[in-house]
Amino acid sequence: MIEVSNIEKSFDGTAVLKGISCVFETGKCNLLLGGSGTGKSVLLQCIVGLMKPDIGSITFDGTIYTNSKVDIRQEIRRKIGMLFQGSALFDSMTVAENVEFPLQMLTPEMTPEERRERVAFCLKRVGLENAGNKMPAEISGGMKKRVGIARAIAPQCTYLFCDEPNSGLDPATSIKIDQLIYEITHEYDITTVIVTHDMNSVIEIGEHIIFLHQGKKLWDGTKEEILNATVPELRDFIFSSSLVRAAKRIDEETEGGMAAFAEEGDAGAGI
Amino acid sequence: MLKTFGTFILFLRGMVTRTESFRVLWNRTMEEAMLIGVDSIVIVSIVSAFIGAVTCVQIAYNLTNPLIPQSTIGYMVREMTILELAPTITSIVLAGKVGSSIAGGLGTMRITEQVSALEVMGINSTSYLVLPRIIAALLMFPLLVIVAMMLSILGGYLAGTLTGVMTSQAYIEGIRTDFIPYNIVFALIKAVVFAFLVSGISAFKGYYTTGGALEVGAASTGAVTNSIIAILLADFALAALLL
Repeated sequence: MIEVSNIEKSFDGTAVLKGISCVFETGKCNLLLGGSGTGKSVLLQCIVGLMKPDIGSITFDGTIYTNSKVDIRQEIRRKIGMLFQGSALFDSMTVAENVEFPLQMLTPEMTPEERRERVAFCLKRVGLENAGNKMPAEISGGMKKRVGIARAIAPQCTYLFCDEPNSGLDPATSIKIDQLIYEITHEYDITTVIVTHDMNSVIEIGEHIIFLHQGKKLWDGTKEEILNATVPELRDFIFSSSLVRAAKRIDEETEGGMAAFAEEGDAGAGI
Repeated sequence: MLKTFGTFILFLRGMVTRTESFRVLWNRTMEEAMLIGVDSIVIVSIVSAFIGAVTCVQIAYNLTNPLIPQSTIGYMVREMTILELAPTITSIVLAGKVGSSIAGGLGTMRITEQVSALEVMGINSTSYLVLPRIIAALLMFPLLVIVAMMLSILGGYLAGTLTGVMTSQAYIEGIRTDFIPYNIVFALIKAVVFAFLVSGISAFKGYYTTGGALEVGAASTGAVTNSIIAILLADFALAALLL
């Protein structure tokens, strides 16, 4: 479990995060939802330690991460897996070498044979068992995301962070990536935090959703609750899509069809 | 300016604190040594051989007084090559080739979040990415300068003898006259200092790149320009201090 307490962050006097407090639960897909420029990615970077918050604290399973000693931060970081928006694969390495890299660096006690087995397992888990020898430039965007996930889970991470995992992907591939993240979260009982502004992801895997608006947390709840939320900014965000507006209209006409729509979207149900 | 210098010092300090294991550092240094050293041999050889050749021909053109022996040409080629041309020109060439490569490579890694990926894994990115490049440059620049010295003097010999401006015997006699071994030490000290400046400045410019592809290009250009200026300033300072 990750606890974020009263996080504030400013850039050149402009407040980007304004006292955000929230909890990311273990074994669930926690979604950070919000429009562009609302501070989702900044909050994520503060949590993983790529940025230092001005005020506030972040706790990983009871261990304070912010302002703690380097050794403690290193220990926590080694339990973190992260899927970046652009995948951030190392250009000079093959797909298999990318997945093996954290094992080489973080688990020197593993033999080369054990590492190869783990790489093969992770690549198979994300459906890329035949792509190990390809270079990142030779694979599609969706495959890169899968490699990113394989690299994140290779050292058996406890916390998985995904920064807009669906950006630049077609809807069908987006759903596959969402399902993969959902499966991995439940399979290994890890704490997953996903930054997104994609309503499809909310419907598919939003077990715990935190809505940010202009640097503040305005709402949190589940995907079943979000459709009936009364926060005006959240409703504006959700119903900015004509597809969701149409679904809501049907919901009102059929009295509750929308909830069924959300339930159908459960990635776990389709596995 | 002062703030940038302070950031540069902190950047160097971060590189040597919490370093990766010796095995990782060794492997990475050898990889970089191949890129910085072996891949630069051709360009360094071509530049140094031609500089030696041109130096010889131009000195011969200017030394028309019959009272000055022909061997003076060989002597002057050797002195100019060892003291100035081989270390400085080679380092300037390497600032263009290696410096832009270091800045461009790190800049691209930065904007594509590869540096962030290392940090999230708990790896000290400056230690992993920058330290091996600097060590490799410190090892390779002096070796390349030695190659440049030899080829430059050889270039002078070939140019002098093939164009007929001097005899083979006079040239060899010239390059053996009044040899001061300290000059070689001085040249190698210069090579090490220039290696640090080129690799350190280029890595600094690349590592702190922000933005997109345009900024990566700007970082490469800035790295080359700043490295060359630093080389010339250090060249003067070293000459004043050590000669």
